[in-house]
Amino acid sequence: MSRLLPLLGFVLIVALLAFGIHWNRSHDMNWVPSPLIDKPAPEFTLPLLYDSTKSLSRKDMLGKPWLLNVFGSWCVTCQDEHPVLMAYGKKLGLPLIGMDWKDDPDTAKRWLAQFGNPYDTIIADENGKAGIDFGVYGAPETYLVDAQGTIRYKHIGNLTPEIIASELKPAIGKLGKERP
Amino acid sequence: MKRVVMIVAILLAGLHPAFAIDPLPFKDRVEEVRFQNLTRQLRCLVCQNQDLADSDADLAKDLRRQVFEMMQSGKTDDQIKQYLVSRYNDFVLYDPPLHAGTWLLWFGPFVLLAFGAGVLWKILRRRSRAPLGPVDSEEDW
Repeated sequence: MSRLLPLLGFVLIVALLAFGIHWNRSHDMNWVPSPLIDKPAPEFTLPLLYDSTKSLSRKDMLGKPWLLNVFGSWCVTCQDEHPVLMAYGKKLGLPLIGMDWKDDPDTAKRWLAQFGNPYDTIIADENGKAGIDFGVYGAPETYLVDAQGTIRYKHIGNLTPEIIASELKPAIGKLGKERP
Repeated sequence: MKRVVMIVAILLAGLHPAFAIDPLPFKDRVEEVRFQNLTRQLRCLVCQNQDLADSDADLAKDLRRQVFEMMQSGKTDDQIKQYLVSRYNDFVLYDPPLHAGTWLLWFGPFVLLAFGAGVLWKILRRRSRAPLGPVDSEEDW
């Protein structure tokens, strides 16, 4: 038995390292869990991208669940995500609000004219403060906010059809059951 | 000679601490030192192996400005840290606080150490009990 002990130790170390490799591959190492899940969405009042005389605030969205998608014309991954939003945005059954984050409004409008506009409303967060309040660190990010104004789900990075099917739709479905 | 001057110049350049540059209007040196100290304890979320002081990421610039503005409005270091933690998780702190979620992180190494010490103690005790007979030549590892 004592002869086997070093071998056993070796096997243990190999198992530990293999687990490390497996964990690294199956998880996004840059992912940081948001402390805002199940907390009230932060207050914001931001001008609309297409009509800066009007604004939208957290209060305006109370009473119905909605989706917030943080994007920017400077953001390369947002371009990858864009066709997915174009395809699924209207099918999810909730208002999709775009937050144009740290972006020049004119460039954003050109970007949207070129690729299409999947959003119901777009708010412009030019200096990025509202984004910081939402804990945004890597656009695109998508938030699901319920009728009470609570953040229920967050996805960092681009939405894919797989993530919409396996995460976003179930999260929306859960909200539906709660409604009286 | 030229080469020597060059090498000295390069070495001297290395002495200056590298701060990401965006000039902020500090009112005195004390405030600047406090700012540098604080931003060194905070992680940049975009390039996660850099602190907020060193990162050139756009978001880091915004967060530095935010930290600066909060300092101006008289917030304490703890309040500023709390502001960031409530948005970005404990992960922004290089020195994670002790709470239920971080017990394993803080005490895991000691548990492993205790386990190792236990194994060692057991082996040593077994050896000291073993009869001091002639050494088995096969048992040479």
